[in-house]
Amino acid sequence: MEQNTLEISHLTVSFPTDRGGFRPVNDVSLTVRKGQIVGLVGESGCGKSMTARAVMGLIRSPGKVTGGQILLEGKDLLALNGKEMRSLRGNELAMVFQDPMTSLNPVVPVGKQVEEAILLHRRVSREEARKRTLEAFRNVGISEAEKRSRSYPHELSGGLRQRVMIAMAMVCCPRLLIADEPTTALDVIMEAQILQLMRQMRDRGTSILFISHNLGVIAQLCDYTCVMYAGRIAEQGDTRELFERPVHPYTRGLLGAVSSLDRKGEELETIRGSVPAPGSLPAGCPFGPRCGLCDETCRGACPEPREISPGHIVRCFHAGEVPV
Amino acid sequence: MSEILLEARHLTREFPAGKGRMVHAVTDVSLQIREGETLALVGESGCGKSTLGRMLIRLLEPTEGEILFRGTEITGLSAREFRPFRRQMQMIFQDPYASLDPRMSVRSIIAEPLKTWNLCRDREAVTERVLELMEATGVSGEMLHRYPHQFSGGQRQRIGIARAIAAEPSLIVCDEPVSALDVSVQNQILNLLKKLQKTRNLTYLFISHDLSVVRHISDRTAVMFLGKICETGDTETVYTRPRHPYTRFLLNAVPRPDPRRRETGGELLAGELPSPVNPPPGCRFHTRCPFATEECRRTDPPLRETDGRLVACHHPV
Ligand SMILES: Nc1ncnc2c1ncn2[C@@H]1O[C@H](COP(=O)(O)OP(=O)(O)OP(=O)(O)O)[C@@H](O)[C@H]1O
Ligand SMILES: Nc1ncnc2c1ncn2[C@@H]1O[C@H](COP(=O)(O)OP(=O)(O)OP(=O)(O)O)[C@@H](O)[C@H]1O
Ligand code: SF4
Ligand SMILES: [Mg+2]
Ligand SMILES: [Mg+2]
Repeated sequence: MEQNTLEISHLTVSFPTDRGGFRPVNDVSLTVRKGQIVGLVGESGCGKSMTARAVMGLIRSPGKVTGGQILLEGKDLLALNGKEMRSLRGNELAMVFQDPMTSLNPVVPVGKQVEEAILLHRRVSREEARKRTLEAFRNVGISEAEKRSRSYPHELSGGLRQRVMIAMAMVCCPRLLIADEPTTALDVIMEAQILQLMRQMRDRGTSILFISHNLGVIAQLCDYTCVMYAGRIAEQGDTRELFERPVHPYTRGLLGAVSSLDRKGEELETIRGSVPAPGSLPAGCPFGPRCGLCDETCRGACPEPREISPGHIVRCFHAGEVPV
Repeated sequence: MSEILLEARHLTREFPAGKGRMVHAVTDVSLQIREGETLALVGESGCGKSTLGRMLIRLLEPTEGEILFRGTEITGLSAREFRPFRRQMQMIFQDPYASLDPRMSVRSIIAEPLKTWNLCRDREAVTERVLELMEATGVSGEMLHRYPHQFSGGQRQRIGIARAIAAEPSLIVCDEPVSALDVSVQNQILNLLKKLQKTRNLTYLFISHDLSVVRHISDRTAVMFLGKICETGDTETVYTRPRHPYTRFLLNAVPRPDPRRRETGGELLAGELPSPVNPPPGCRFHTRCPFATEECRRTDPPLRETDGRLVACHHPV
C-alpha cells in the first residue's frame, strides 16, 4: 500500500483561559495520501490555520498541542524537538501562509529571501542557490524572473507575492505543502493561475493540504475534502461524493448558501446564527444552535465520527435527515 | 427610469511613479449610477476599481474630469460646502485590518459614525444601535467590549461593515465588502445590503472580483481593464452574452462549486497585467488578447453600443 504523506489523528490544540481554556482544534483526524490535494474548508475561526500551525510545529504559547498524533511519512512530528522541527520546516514540510506580506521580509529583495531559504537547508554555493531560485520563480510562472528577484515585496502585486511564497515553499521539494488560503486575497484570474500551479505540483508528486473557505475553489481543486466547524471536522469525504451527497447539516448549509447565488432576486440561503465565540461552545453538538435538526440527543452529547461509506466520515446524530 | 444619483464624466486619475513617470490608474471613465440601483465594478487586481470608487465619493481627487451628485457638481466644492454630501456617501473598505483602529473597542468603532453625525440621543441609544448593527452583521453581542485583534479576519470585516452602514448613507461604495467572508456570512451581508437598499432607497457601487456575487447583487455591471471600462450593461446581458474578450476570460475563471465540471486550465488568461505606468498603445488589452489585430495595436477602441450594451473592442466576440 502507498504510504500516506500526512496522518493526523485525534489532534487537539488547547489554549488556557480564565474560564478553563478552549480548543481551537478538537479531536481532528485526517489523512493526506501521496500525490493528493486535500481541502480543509470551513467558516472563519473554525480552526483551519491552527490545524496547519500544529502540523508545522508553530503553535504559539500559551497554546499547546494537548493530544493526538501527527505523522509525516510515518515520522512522529510531536516527538521531535525544536531543532529537529526547524530543520524539517522548509525541507520536507513547507507552508504558504495566509498573508504573504507578514511572512516576507520587507527590506530584503525577494530573490535573496528564497536564496537564504535554500542555503539554510542545502549545502550549496550561493551561485547554485541563486540558480535554483530563478528556476523556482520560473516554475511558478513568474515572468522576468531575473528582474523580479531583485524586487522588494511591496513592489510586487499580491499574485506575484503569493507566487514568491509558493516558490520559496517549493525550493526544497517538500513532501507536504500546506497552502493556507493562498488565493483568498487574489482576483479570479490570478486565483485560476495559482490553482493551475497547485495541480501541476500535485501532478509532480507533491501532496498538498489546501485551506480555503471558498467551496468553488475546493470543488475545482481538491481530491478529498474536510469540512471543519468549531475546531472539529464535521464531515469529510471524496470531493465529488461530498458535493453530491452531503449529509451533515453544516455541509448542506454551506453548499446551499453557495448555490443560492445562482438564483437571482431571491433571498440568499444562509446558516442561521453565527460561529460561536471561542471558549463558549454550546453543550453537545457544537453546530446545534444553528442546526434545523437539533434535538435533545444533540444537546446532550457531541456526536462521534462515523464512517457512513468508505472514506465518507460524518459527525452528526441525524446525518442525511431532512428537517421537517 | 429612476433619476441619476451620481454621474462621472471623463474621470482620470494618475499617480506619480517616480522619475517623472505616471501610474495611469483610471483613464477617461464616464459612468452613471441611478438612484436605488446597484452598479457593479469588476476586473482584475490593480485595474483601478478602488481608485475610481474613491474618486466618486471624493475620498480622492481626480486628475481630470467631473462628478455630479444629484445634478450638483461636487468636484470643486470646499470641505465645508461638501460636508452635507459627505454623510450621503459612505464606504465599506476592502481591508478589515487596515480600516479598524486596534486601540478601539468594537463598541467605539461602530459608535463613531453615530456620534459624528449625532444619530443617537444618548449613550444608551448608541449601545442599543451598536448591538443592533452587530447582530445584523453576524457579530455576537458578547463581543461588544472586545478589540479587533481578538477577532479572526472574517469577524473583523463584519465590524467594518457594521460601522459603514451605521450612518445610513444614500450611496455606499462597497469595495470588496464580502471577499474576506465565508459564504454563509457573505450571504447574510448581501441579504442585508439588499434589504437596506429596498427599505431606504440606497444606491450601491459594488466593487468585487467575485462574479457570482456580482451577478446576484447587481442590476448593471461595468467591467474594467487597466484603468478603462471595456464592457458595461445590464448584468444579465453581460453575463449571458459577454462580447468583450476580456469579459469572457473573467467569467471563465470563476471557480464553480461543482466538482463534476472542472476547469482544465485551457481557457485561462495567461500572463500578467501590463504595467499601468506604461499601458499598451491601442487597445489596452491587446497584449493578452487572442483576437488582437494590427488595428487593436494601433487604435484605442471607444465604448460603442453593441448588442444592447457598451463594448470597447474592435472585434467583439
Ligand atoms: N493566538 C491566539 N490566541 C487565542 N486564540 C486564538 C489565537 N489565534 C487564533 N485563535 C482562535 O482560534 C480559533 C481558530 O483560529 P484559526 O486562525 O485557526 O481559524 P481559521 O479557520 O484559520 O479562520 P480564518 O478563515 O479566519 O483564517 C479562532 O476562534 C481564533 O479566534
Ligand atoms: N496612492 C497611490 N500611489 C501610486 N499608485 C497607486 C496609488 N493607489 C493606487 N495606485 C495604483 O493604481 C492602480 C489601480 O489601483 P487600484 O487600487 O484602484 O486597483 P483595484 O482595481 O482596486 O485593485 P484590487 O482589486 O487589487 O483592489 C494600481 O496600479 C495601483 O498600484
Ligand atoms: S448532531 Fe444534531 S445538532 Fe449537530 S449537526 Fe447533527 S443534527 Fe445538527
Ligand atoms: Mg486561517
Ligand atoms: Mg481595490
